[in-house]
Amino acid sequence: MQEITGLMVKRAKELLEAGEVQRVIGWTTGDFCYDVTPAVFTKAEDLEEGKFVYNSFCGSNLSKYLIQTLRNDINAVNTAKAMAARKGENPDDIPGPGKTLVFLKPCDTYSFNQLLTEHRIDKSLVYVIGVACRGMADIEKIKLMGASGITKVIDAGDKLEVKTIYGDKSFDKKDVLLEKCACCKGKEHKYADEVIDPEPLPEGEGKGPMDRMAGVTMLEEMTAEERYAFWNDQLSRCIKCYACRNACPACTCMKCVFDNPRSGVDSKANVTEFEEKMYHIIRAFHVAGRCTDCGECSRVCPQGIPLHLLNRKFIKDINEFYGDYQAGEAEGQRAPLVNFDAENDVEPSIVNEKGGN
Amino acid sequence: MKKIALSKLNELFAAIAKDTELHLPVNFKGETVFKKWTEGDNYAKDSLKTVKSPKDLFFPQNENISNFRKEGNKFIIDPVELPKSGIVVFGVRGCDEQSFRVLDNVFLAEPVDTFYEARRKNSVIITAACTKPSESCFCKTFGIDPTDPAGDVTTWIVDDNMFFAVKTEKGEAFLAKYADIFTEAEEDDTYRVENVKYLANQIFAKLPLADLTTEGWGGDKTDEKFDDPKWQDLSTACLGCGTCTFVCPTCQCYDIRDYNTGNQIQRSRCWDSCMYKDFTMCAHGTARPTQKERYRQRFMHKLVYYPANNDGMFSCVGCGRCVDKCPVQTNIVKVIKAFGGDKK
Ligand code: SF4
Ligand code: SF4
Ligand code: SF4
Ligand code: SF4
Ligand code: SF4
Repeated sequence: MQEITGLMVKRAKELLEAGEVQRVIGWTTGDFCYDVTPAVFTKAEDLEEGKFVYNSFCGSNLSKYLIQTLRNDINAVNTAKAMAARKGENPDDIPGPGKTLVFLKPCDTYSFNQLLTEHRIDKSLVYVIGVACRGMADIEKIKLMGASGITKVIDAGDKLEVKTIYGDKSFDKKDVLLEKCACCKGKEHKYADEVIDPEPLPEGEGKGPMDRMAGVTMLEEMTAEERYAFWNDQLSRCIKCYACRNACPACTCMKCVFDNPRSGVDSKANVTEFEEKMYHIIRAFHVAGRCTDCGECSRVCPQGIPLHLLNRKFIKDINEFYGDYQAGEAEGQRAPLVNFDAENDVEPSIVNEKGGN
Repeated sequence: MKKIALSKLNELFAAIAKDTELHLPVNFKGETVFKKWTEGDNYAKDSLKTVKSPKDLFFPQNENISNFRKEGNKFIIDPVELPKSGIVVFGVRGCDEQSFRVLDNVFLAEPVDTFYEARRKNSVIITAACTKPSESCFCKTFGIDPTDPAGDVTTWIVDDNMFFAVKTEKGEAFLAKYADIFTEAEEDDTYRVENVKYLANQIFAKLPLADLTTEGWGGDKTDEKFDDPKWQDLSTACLGCGTCTFVCPTCQCYDIRDYNTGNQIQRSRCWDSCMYKDFTMCAHGTARPTQKERYRQRFMHKLVYYPANNDGMFSCVGCGRCVDKCPVQTNIVKVIKAFGGDKK
């Protein structure tokens, strides 16, 4: 991790100093090593190791930040142009926003492609450096396994050495992986202008140790009543904080239906049992076929609700009905759900045929 | 001081629950929550903080406050009955106890919030001393003594016993009611409790946030801090979700909405979050157009505006819930530190 962080900082500095990029989206940290925050760096001198971090807690998907960052930069240029015009100067003399460098892990590049496909970002404004990833750790799991009073976490290959005020602990990284990393789709970047990976894995290796669809299969094997009870238990704990939506790279609507009083479904708190489920059902349908299974929704949920099970059920069904499809695999894909095919499309009656499954 | 064997706690809970609703931290579906005690629930004595704070016992996330309907030409208001008064909340940590007083200053000031008052008025708060804090705890920064928290009654666990010390008249009356379940603590026990406090304080001194101070914050800092360019950087990562506000024991903002049920209008209030785009939306739009202004609002409220209106009391209690739960780890500690509050 140390080595790769050094390489990342070096490249980012070079590109900033050469004026090839104007800003860098990466990660920074605070007091405990694991409290990693996405950050925008605009000066080479800010990119010191220690301030810029890439460690086992960089789970957050930076592709979503591109939307707001690019929008802000374009707005700033437009404002400057308007000001120039008002002063009688030539607006075309105002320089454009320049490029933004973003570091993306393999899973984040799926989201990036999906955003390109949906015209949410303009790739001519972005420089993507794909960074190697060997799985990100889940601090909640580490805490559940008994670490409290954490003062420092040291990345030591396959182990995480956790220093705490109550004594030190060591964890096998594979035992404390984020859910999304335990089910990783692979370590290959699906989009990148360049890749930083000092020790590339042999081709085909790098999938997570767990079966991505195991949880869905478990749900499918339940009776409808059991399944209902399962979701009732889970979703009744939802505090409607919208972190899952706000972190999701597929949720990019300028005005989400849940914030729009005219939509009839907006709400800030779950008033009834029905409302506890409504938000999740609607959101799952809105991202169906577009969700890349990046895992952010489950990662950010403060209540630990397994939201990935909803999305993966859609993915599994789409794969079964229309053939294997992975959203974000490449730019410009025609997703099965928006591709009319009179010969092969399933009819709504499939729901009955499959016994409500 | 009174004393009870930990193995006899459920007997005490059963006795209390017979008279009054009793809420305490229990493990429930993989997390610790404040739950109404029923037979079979076990007090999660080792848990520090529940995900959601106990504030919704007095200020629920959602409540119906009034109903209206039309009968012919008449418009009828059906007031909602005030909630039943008086519950017992057991196992409250020092930070959460102080949060009740933060909320009292808001909801019990004129004009009194009658719903909050009805729930809060006759309630008994039994606190639990902390001996094994986590890295995100910084209650001491806000003048709380976690090893001897306030409340009506304070409890300590020493080995297999729990000790109860009375702090208020309400607490005295409460303990008297269940006197036959307790035994009187001996002189020895007092020393043992003191020793637990002493050891805990040594741990508190080692916490990574032990040096955090509120220096530089307070009611008179609006002009100095409001336009500081740091807010822009600090808020860059903020997702604008409501996690920090909804897990926070002192966040107090709510929205009021009317729902047409078809035969009446139900007026409800629910927690709102200053991190949301549509917070305090008015006819002209919003006064906080970007996440920077929303983010600044949350922290300025805790550290500047609230103290300005409440004799210098801060409305953060250092529970660290927002530190634990922010999905992108941008929190009040980072704000305090960015403005230089990291050395005592
Ligand atoms: S729904 Fe969840 S897994 Fe799917 S794209 Fe959104 S955040 Fe990622
Ligand atoms: S839930 Fe639906 S409306 Fe809201 S942001 Fe996501 S896709 Fe858009
Ligand atoms: S992040 Fe979790 S608690 Fe928040 S709205 Fe989503 S499911 Fe609910
Ligand atoms: S500070 Fe964190 S928890 Fe609060 S709104 Fe921003 S992203 Fe959400
Ligand atoms: S601001 Fe954070 S630390 Fe302070 S009381 Fe609220 S949740 Fe606790």
